[in-house]
Amino acid sequence: MEQENTTSWWLTAIQLGLIGGVVAILASLIGMVESFHARDIIAGQISMGETLLLLIMIGFAYSSSRNEQSPISTRVTSGVITGVTISLTIVLFVMLGAVVNLRSIFVNASPTLYKILTLEISNTALAYVAIVVVGAIVSLAASLVHGATPFWKRVISSGFFIVLLLALLQDLIRITLTPFPFITEVLSWMFGRRGQEGLSILGAIVVFLIVAGVIYNDAKHGAARRARREALPEATKRTRRWVSWGLLGVFLLIWPRIAGPVLSDVTNSVGLYILMGLGLNIVVGYAGLLDLGYVAFYALGAFTMGVLTTTGGEIFFDVRWTFWEALPFAVIVAVLAGIMLGIPVLKIRGDYLAIITLGFGEIIRIMFLSDFLKPYFGGSFGIVSIASPTIGGIVLDSSQTLYYVILAACFVALFVAHRLRDSRIGRAWKAIREDEDVAQAMGINLTATKLLAFATGAAFGGLSGAIFAAKLSTVYPHSFTLITSINVLALIIVGGMGSLPGVIVGGLLLAGLPELLREFSEYRLLIFGILLIVMMLNKPEGFLPEAVHKREFHEDENLSHAAGG
Amino acid sequence: MAMLELDNIHTYYGNIHALKGISITVDKGEIVTLIGANGAGKTTTLRTITGLLKPRVGTVKLDGEDIARHKANDIVYKGIAMVPEGRGIFARLTVTENLDMGAYSRNSKAEYDADIQRIFSLFPRLKERRNQIAGTLSGGEQQMLATGRALMAHPTLLLMDEPSMGLAPVLVELIFETIQQINKEGVTVLLVEQNALMALSIANRGYVLQSGAIVLQDSAEALKKDPTVQKAYLGME
Repeated sequence: MEQENTTSWWLTAIQLGLIGGVVAILASLIGMVESFHARDIIAGQISMGETLLLLIMIGFAYSSSRNEQSPISTRVTSGVITGVTISLTIVLFVMLGAVVNLRSIFVNASPTLYKILTLEISNTALAYVAIVVVGAIVSLAASLVHGATPFWKRVISSGFFIVLLLALLQDLIRITLTPFPFITEVLSWMFGRRGQEGLSILGAIVVFLIVAGVIYNDAKHGAARRARREALPEATKRTRRWVSWGLLGVFLLIWPRIAGPVLSDVTNSVGLYILMGLGLNIVVGYAGLLDLGYVAFYALGAFTMGVLTTTGGEIFFDVRWTFWEALPFAVIVAVLAGIMLGIPVLKIRGDYLAIITLGFGEIIRIMFLSDFLKPYFGGSFGIVSIASPTIGGIVLDSSQTLYYVILAACFVALFVAHRLRDSRIGRAWKAIREDEDVAQAMGINLTATKLLAFATGAAFGGLSGAIFAAKLSTVYPHSFTLITSINVLALIIVGGMGSLPGVIVGGLLLAGLPELLREFSEYRLLIFGILLIVMMLNKPEGFLPEAVHKREFHEDENLSHAAGG
Repeated sequence: MAMLELDNIHTYYGNIHALKGISITVDKGEIVTLIGANGAGKTTTLRTITGLLKPRVGTVKLDGEDIARHKANDIVYKGIAMVPEGRGIFARLTVTENLDMGAYSRNSKAEYDADIQRIFSLFPRLKERRNQIAGTLSGGEQQMLATGRALMAHPTLLLMDEPSMGLAPVLVELIFETIQQINKEGVTVLLVEQNALMALSIANRGYVLQSGAIVLQDSAEALKKDPTVQKAYLGME
């Protein structure tokens, strides 16, 4: 047994390295590395493409040095072997590329890609050595961090993570902070010259040190500070809570002024996704009914708004409706559709429910696309010149003004979802999610409970869709494909099923980040897929889980805890 | 008058004829037991009474009213609660949350508070573990929780499906003592058991179920002495 362990660890390390190498080459061949290369993380030094390769190395070296039972020397060696193997795989790939023209098969195997992979060193032999050296150094660093005490691990990885985040979000930060001249000075120093992307070297080091310092300080004194805060009188605590909520409120109110039109538009998209997420969260997260056709309600809301505020309104009612007149109607249409979907699927559970709802989503989209209904919905041309909301004569047609409509809708939805969760109907949803038969035997009316879940979820979807139509002032059936349903579902899963803060975090991550980082959007599905797999393996309950789901996924620990106690 | 009266009940699972004309009566204040081997139709009988299954033929009368085709969730409001087979607790919720679910059909906060105190005095273990996740309780504690949850609905008739299943003998005794105590407090009990000896020792009357039909019915004392029962269910030669 012991013998076997000592002989096989390096084999495992090489194996991991080969997998890592293949992953790195795959990322290169699908064009990710090259397209990410356009953005710098450290200005003029390290691009996002190179960072991606480095992250692959770090990730694999990290998991290669994972075995906590082994002595530290073995773990570090194992990590380095993995890193070097990845480097060697890349070297092999570059050598192959020099002999065979891979481009006839892989369009992305361009000269630029080889230049990136060889670190832009023109001397071939030197480049190969350099790749291996980089792999060795990076993996050594990664496995040393992994082998370090949890405290140092936290300090270093937080610093690293924040540097990466700042570099990625620099557009956002720059635009947001332009109104403040002093900060702009600091920023231009931190981020290097204007027009240049990424942090300056000095900026990166300073940020890393600051973050590491903060984390270090928190670990040393944080507990004491928290204890002090805990000891404060209840009234003071309440005041502080109100003040922080107030500050958040003020920030949300002035955000479009800070953000400018482009960022406001991104925020609006995120808001609409959050709105949909809150709705689907009721159906899937609270009541446990897997709905893959959620986009249908979004589409119904959007088209109802579209029809009523344009010529369609004239056809049906002799008058074009305003946004505010059409809004409740759009929600009602979605709710009715929710109930219509709900009735036939009352007795259907799990996978079958998912398949039927999937079909429902497609039926609605194809209905709007159909030639038969073209006079009303415009077929594939959709509906144009949809009305914008107006308040007291002011037309809210810009992203910065429409923001307030979306913010208000999100708050209403958040409030409703929050109140519902702890209500009697919320308990009923929880019960049918756990066990339908027993729930019914407790006196819960399955029909009413399920229909109410579908209807409430649909209402939020319809509301989101209606605002979406006004935001774009046009709707096309092509905007409502299955992928939207999947995106919303993914944001709930990533955020944490059934959790309201989770929906917000999920929305920011999955709807906001791809908008900010345009390079991502081409690889959006791939990244979502990887993210979901990694989440399911390491954090299946999501980033901000609801208490129940957290328990579900950590049952073993709970059980051993119970046995121990 | 009988409190619960099943008359010529036929229940099917698709084409499978599970109950073939069962008639049972339970009088107010009684403990009645239904014994029989695996697959005899005991659980099916209980599920038919609670409305989770609908009989194709026959009536289920509760205080004279036919409830055979009522929905399961409405029947709870008529005073029938069930402790399901295998306990059926909400494993991922806490003990208190499980009890709350049991009180779903109740409206009064004051009564709820009194009920929960009553459950906690009946099962002190549950009080100790009220914030624990139900799935992490031991088998006996889960049985207590399932029983407590059913009592939260204020039933006049309590249906218990194999409460002794998978429990250590000492716990079985405790559960059966509790059933007697609940019965003394005025709740009528219909008890389904494979552990015939224990069931007959606390019951007033009993029915023996075999392949979906009642083959014997008598007072518990008489059934205990019946040679067929002794041979088939009490393990005596």
